[in-house]
Amino acid sequence: MKKINEEKVKIDKVIALAGNPNVGKSTVFNAFTGLNQHTGNWPGKTVSNASGTMRYKDHYFKIYDLPGTYSILAHSEEEAVARDFICFGDSDLTVVVCDACTLMRNLNLVLQVTEITSNVIVCVNLIDEAKKKGIFIDIAKLEKLLGVKVVATTARSGKGLDELASMIDKYSFIKNKNTFQVEYDSYFEEAIEIVVKAVKKKLKGNLNPRWVAINLINEDKELLENISNYLGYQILDEKVISAINKAKMLLIEHDIMTNELEDLIVATINKKAEEISNLVTHYDKEDYTKKDRCIDKILTNKFTGIPLMLLLFAFIFWLTIEGANYPSALLNKLLFSIEDNLFNFCNLFLPRFLSDMLIHGMYRTLAWVVSVMLPPMMIFFPLFTLLEDLGYLPRIAFNVDKVFKKCSSCGKQALTMAMGFGCNAVGVSGTRIIDSKRERLIAILTNCFVPCNGRFPTLIAIITMFIVGIGVDNSLLSVSILMGVILLGIFMTFLVSSILSRTLLKGVPSSFTLELPPYRRPQVGKVIIRSILDRTLFVLGRAVSIAIPAGLVIWIMANVNISGVSLLNHTANLLDPFANLLGMDGVILLAFILGFPANEIVIPIIIMSYMATGSLTDFSNLYELKNLLINNGWTIYTAISVMIFCLFHFPCSTTCLTIKKETKSNKWTLLSMLIPTLCGIILCFVFNLIVKII
Amino acid sequence: MKQTRLYDVPLGRKVTVDKILSEGSIKRRLLDIGLTPGTVVYSTLKNPGGNLVAYMIRGALIAIRDDDAKNILIRGYCE
Repeated sequence: MKKINEEKVKIDKVIALAGNPNVGKSTVFNAFTGLNQHTGNWPGKTVSNASGTMRYKDHYFKIYDLPGTYSILAHSEEEAVARDFICFGDSDLTVVVCDACTLMRNLNLVLQVTEITSNVIVCVNLIDEAKKKGIFIDIAKLEKLLGVKVVATTARSGKGLDELASMIDKYSFIKNKNTFQVEYDSYFEEAIEIVVKAVKKKLKGNLNPRWVAINLINEDKELLENISNYLGYQILDEKVISAINKAKMLLIEHDIMTNELEDLIVATINKKAEEISNLVTHYDKEDYTKKDRCIDKILTNKFTGIPLMLLLFAFIFWLTIEGANYPSALLNKLLFSIEDNLFNFCNLFLPRFLSDMLIHGMYRTLAWVVSVMLPPMMIFFPLFTLLEDLGYLPRIAFNVDKVFKKCSSCGKQALTMAMGFGCNAVGVSGTRIIDSKRERLIAILTNCFVPCNGRFPTLIAIITMFIVGIGVDNSLLSVSILMGVILLGIFMTFLVSSILSRTLLKGVPSSFTLELPPYRRPQVGKVIIRSILDRTLFVLGRAVSIAIPAGLVIWIMANVNISGVSLLNHTANLLDPFANLLGMDGVILLAFILGFPANEIVIPIIIMSYMATGSLTDFSNLYELKNLLINNGWTIYTAISVMIFCLFHFPCSTTCLTIKKETKSNKWTLLSMLIPTLCGIILCFVFNLIVKII
Repeated sequence: MKQTRLYDVPLGRKVTVDKILSEGSIKRRLLDIGLTPGTVVYSTLKNPGGNLVAYMIRGALIAIRDDDAKNILIRGYCE
């Protein structure tokens, strides 16, 4: 196995990777392709087909990581994606990854896949975890029963993956023939036989005639269309239609209604999966989940569940603030101490205005973003990934579902909100785990009410400067206030969700199932490396790539004068009256607007704008910064208004693009910008009205 | 006599599923996770709000809303 970098290799075989949610499919995929598909211990991580290349010996394999699904009878978008790929994706081999601990349920999917194609390898993953729980799987027997190759693996530690790779190499070149087939009710089998005879020739060796016949009798119209599209000609002709009718007549004669057929199929497959599973699974301990249940009893307890959840988050924020303080100050000092030197250096060979633009425009914004953003992210992201790995996140959804139900939405929304703390764009794409379309839209529209990592530093800086006081070593107070701000955001999420489900997105709370995965000990080292590489650097990279041009734009705006007044001031003055209503000034509002590409640069824009008119030279510490702000008319009320508006305004451009992609609608994208902005405007306006009256 | 529903089962009891009355996508979902007639289900956890109960179904812990648990009939307790 080797990571492939060059795009243009000749692909020998195409492999599809299928499996239930949360069985380690992505881990297998990453191990084979060297790609960093994000993994986490909760169902629904992989939301679209990812693909990568694996090299084994002299062969190159293109591997597709299909969304995790319980079934491929296609009731949801993801299931349809997975099924269509297995049917029509022209893959040479499908690897079905199973969880050894819940083999029975996983075999369901295996049996559904073997109905479509016989070129299957079953990978029984998490074999070590099962062993710990006293579950043993007889691999050889399973192999014999299923008629396909079965490989036991522990993908997290890499155990068994070499064997799996060699099996993929071997069996993608051989056509398997004797795969186990689920046998249905004898009359149904007769009916299938009738249709198989009619379509066999018509298929010309494409697709599995038995499977096509089953779906023809079952009247899956969408699938029928897909089959015809795939073949390039209509599958239905007179002969086939009459065979289908004949088959249906036969079924009706024996009291099997067509609309009950799917239930019959599902039940038969389920039963067979249970039978096979019972034959190959051996339990050593009776209550193998005892430890998990003890933890759950505390973490989801009526009295301790929610307080513990809040404490846990408070602890994470506290660690982030406290831990980031020192490295942040250090970075700040370092980056700004070389600013003058850099400026002088540039001055040697560049015209003064150009080095001014480069250093006081671009470099300064960059330095701020790096020093303020990097340390909290380096702490927050790994901590959050640890929680994810541990399996705690679905418990949050479990704990708070009641409130969401009251808002006619889904508890899984809490999961997407938790993701939003990291990045709202991630939270928005995470809403795919919500089955109901209506509830998913609610979750999308309200996701930016939880402050993302790009907004935390702004909030924390303002809390430190204006509320707690600089130099006061009271990070506990800071955290409490930050938690208060976050709770306000969460409260608004509930309020807006509730209003939406009574107006625009009317509906009743829908049914859903939520899987609470077993707790897994996180791989700390791996988590830290992965979260820094995948998330921190990615988010930082994005912020930096936007900070540099933004710094340039601000510098130009601040330094280009029209009739004696800078462009920046012109614009700020224009915004001033409106901003004043909200307790802010034109510069701040302009900063939020210019910060549309990335929220991280709002504060630096404010600083630069004030600097252009002020005479301050050193703002490498918060004292100086606070003075700068106060000199420009900031009061505690300004600070609070900015915090409110920071929490409630249009999502950043990345998030907006993600919303557009997920909803495929301009209307919802526009609404997702309007709703939070309106909330912010109203809240700020009311707040300042109250302040003025008092 | 009205048949006992999964909803009526107190925590810590094992029961056998008899019939699923739900319709549409939730029925599918329940079947997909292996909740078919004859399956033994162990009622394990209740959430703080009391509207979700997590059941041990075929080796996996799965939470279902109370409204849905009302639509699942059971055959009686088994120890």
